[in-house]
Amino acid sequence: MTLSEREVVATVGGGITVRRLRAWIRDGWVRPGVDGGFDEIDVARVRLVCHLRQHLQVNDEAVPVVLSLMDQVYGLRRGLKTLARAVEAQPEEVRREVARALRDLGGD
Amino acid sequence: MATDPYSVLGVKRDASPEDVRKAYRRLAKQWHPDLNPGNKDAESRFKAISVAYDLLNDPDKRARFDRGEIDASGAEQPQQRFYREYADAGPGGRRYASSAGFSDFEDLSGLFSDLFGQARGGRAGPRGRGGDVRYQLELDFLDAVNGASRRVTLPDGRSLDLTIPPGTADGETLRLRGQGVPGAGGRPAGDAYVEVAVKPHAMFDRQGNDILVELPVSLDEAVLGGKVEVPTISGPVSVTIPRGTSSGHTLRLRGRGVKGRGGTGDQLVRIKVVLPANVDSDLESFMKEWRARHPYDPRAGTRTR
Repeated sequence: MTLSEREVVATVGGGITVRRLRAWIRDGWVRPGVDGGFDEIDVARVRLVCHLRQHLQVNDEAVPVVLSLMDQVYGLRRGLKTLARAVEAQPEEVRREVARALRDLGGD
Repeated sequence: MATDPYSVLGVKRDASPEDVRKAYRRLAKQWHPDLNPGNKDAESRFKAISVAYDLLNDPDKRARFDRGEIDASGAEQPQQRFYREYADAGPGGRRYASSAGFSDFEDLSGLFSDLFGQARGGRAGPRGRGGDVRYQLELDFLDAVNGASRRVTLPDGRSLDLTIPPGTADGETLRLRGQGVPGAGGRPAGDAYVEVAVKPHAMFDRQGNDILVELPVSLDEAVLGGKVEVPTISGPVSVTIPRGTSSGHTLRLRGRGVKGRGGTGDQLVRIKVVLPANVDSDLESFMKEWRARHPYDPRAGTRTR
């Protein structure tokens, strides 16, 4: 289920307009599908940008900085989770070795 | 939850509207769930802060609360799903996640190049290249199996001719080299990844490169056999139903499946015998007569001794 531009504006509300949404898309802050449809994650991201600008008073110069850092944090979290799952899938002794290596390297 | 909104925001009861706003902003920056992806408390803290602010930011509600006319729970807030729920889990969250935060780890261990596949996307690409972007495209069943070309308009306004190779399956990702974010200072652009979602078809069902179809035939066609028209993914073909074909019998049309990677599949036609809408007296009397002279037991093999 994807939403159109207009449906996103109606769903999110709070001062967002179609024109503003298009500017955000042009700047790459929000990236809907190639057919122009917005998934739930896109709608949540529009809501996040609205909140950053309105309530947290992040200005338009700083929004891409915040988003870029957030995207990196979420990318790192996903990567780290995958790594943790990969370690978790190893036999007991491999997991123990990894845990020991983590302890040994942990202090740097 | 009915905690005192003044203490939630940490302001005095005579705080000015500006003080209330300032306190709210400071706390929201600290506790917004999307800025605290790993902190489970953040969401409930943030909700409490939002409820308190809703109440104290509205002069009318604030006055009524001060007079004791309403309690601190305020208006019920609509359930909101935060960005972090999508960004943190599921394949959809990959859309915005950036691997730039560990793209240099590749030097440390080859392991990390595999992780890039998990977290590709985002604005800054590895090694100064422009960032990769991910898009999603919904395709009709026949366009996906037969291949198609589509002119798509990217969100940034560029038009792109996309070639969908025959046999494209649901969930497959097409890579468009150099169609991502342009690199800074003349560096090469990143790639665009188009993840394909294939809409199901009312008639055709795909299994690997084979296509499954259920074909209704009449009672007389099943008994006497004959030529019938069968839909295939490349148009209708004429097929001979053998004399005496039962429901469930499957005919294989060799080479009529998907021409995908790993060869061409077949179409499997599963026969379904359909009786006429009305069993008229003709058919009834014929069957009664026939049954008396030619009894048979199709369930002989199903009985356990």
